[in-house]
Amino acid sequence: MALSLFIGLMLNLLPWSGIALLLRPDFVALILLFWSIREPRRMGLGVAWAMGLMIDVADGVLFGQNALAYSLAVYIALILHRRILLFSPWQQTFYALLLLLLLQFMTLLIRLATGAAFSGMSYFASSVTGALLWPLLTLLLQLPQKAEPKRDQI
Amino acid sequence: MDHHPPPFFKRGPSTLARFAFFAALSIVLMVGDIYQNYLSVLRQGVAVIVSPLQRLANAPSELAERVGGFFISQAFLQRENDRLQQQELQHAAQLQGYQATQTENAHLRKLLDARQQSAQTLLLADVLYAGRDPFSHKIIADKGTVHGIATGQPAVDDIGVIGQVTRAYPFSSEITLLTDKDQAIPVEILRNGMRAIAFGQGADGTLGLAFTPMNADVQTGDVVVTSGIEGIYPAGLPVAVVSKIERNAAVAFARIICTPSAGVGLHKQVLVIVGDRRKEFQTLAAPLLEPPAKPVIKGKVKRGGGIAR
Repeated sequence: MALSLFIGLMLNLLPWSGIALLLRPDFVALILLFWSIREPRRMGLGVAWAMGLMIDVADGVLFGQNALAYSLAVYIALILHRRILLFSPWQQTFYALLLLLLLQFMTLLIRLATGAAFSGMSYFASSVTGALLWPLLTLLLQLPQKAEPKRDQI
Repeated sequence: MDHHPPPFFKRGPSTLARFAFFAALSIVLMVGDIYQNYLSVLRQGVAVIVSPLQRLANAPSELAERVGGFFISQAFLQRENDRLQQQELQHAAQLQGYQATQTENAHLRKLLDARQQSAQTLLLADVLYAGRDPFSHKIIADKGTVHGIATGQPAVDDIGVIGQVTRAYPFSSEITLLTDKDQAIPVEILRNGMRAIAFGQGADGTLGLAFTPMNADVQTGDVVVTSGIEGIYPAGLPVAVVSKIERNAAVAFARIICTPSAGVGLHKQVLVIVGDRRKEFQTLAAPLLEPPAKPVIKGKVKRGGGIAR
């Protein structure tokens, strides 16, 4: 879990630019949401908050902005995790999209409150790509979990 | 294996309570970041953790670039070499004229008994990445306070000004580009010496000259350079070219749009001016520069509304 978060952070810190930056999903947010839905006991708000702070400093934005947005999204994911787990993968993707949009909307709200200009609807594009990555992420992060019981059976 | 009953009551505070706690903490941090600069220590602490990670994340692309550079063709190198040599010759010719002018300038200054402008020290910094925040135009460079970078220093490229250092961490620094919405730079029009203040326009990557009267003598194509009045930017650096003028009778001021001349947001490397003049200025005007994390000129704009006239 820690490793996946670290990789997510690394992916976020890669030097993205131009259109790729616009489409770049927020990997850290995705992975945080994934774990808070799958492993709500081991995933805490504290982790989300700390990751948010790191992103704040790395991006040089208002201190605490991403921290608040991440905590909110993870909080909602923690509350809804039982419900979301019951859904089919595609419905889960939809839920992920909603959560990511909420996260971005929160950030947008904070930015607008501090006097930034809205840069257009393309701002939300990264949520869509993020949600599209959800099934892939589910597959990837569950690989190590599926391998374990087999070893026990032998 | 013996089984323990699941720990029913060991959950700690409820999720809602924890969320409220972290949300409150974030809001406190945000407010603290906006109004005070108490948090710079905390921010620097986190930056020390994050900056090695940034470097690590940048390593693969850097490696690819280096490998790509190794396989560059001989012909390309030859061509580039020729071009650079020609440029060098041109520059050398210009430099001779410059040296003569400089001696003359020093002589004239002595005659006028004016203060000598000290030479600027330049520091080459690599751009780690462009800021990922879609609301602001910032780049992160790989040199920090340990290399001599401080908040407020101007950043230039081979053509002109590109921005200003707005946050200096120990091993990296944040440069706000001229096109950022909150960034202002005191300028003058090269043709007639009219002073103005250029503000970044945010999203579209242009600058606007603020508080210029309707009848101001500005033409499309005018070159805008730094005026050097505030003592932070050296005078005479190219900033932008006037690209569009709108004179609308409904508004008190003319709307003048400029395109930055330097490659704002194009470069892999920037030069930061680590000059002595700035320090001199700071000791003189220390009380004016209360919020060091903000672009330093901001205070000046409010105070000296008459600058544009």
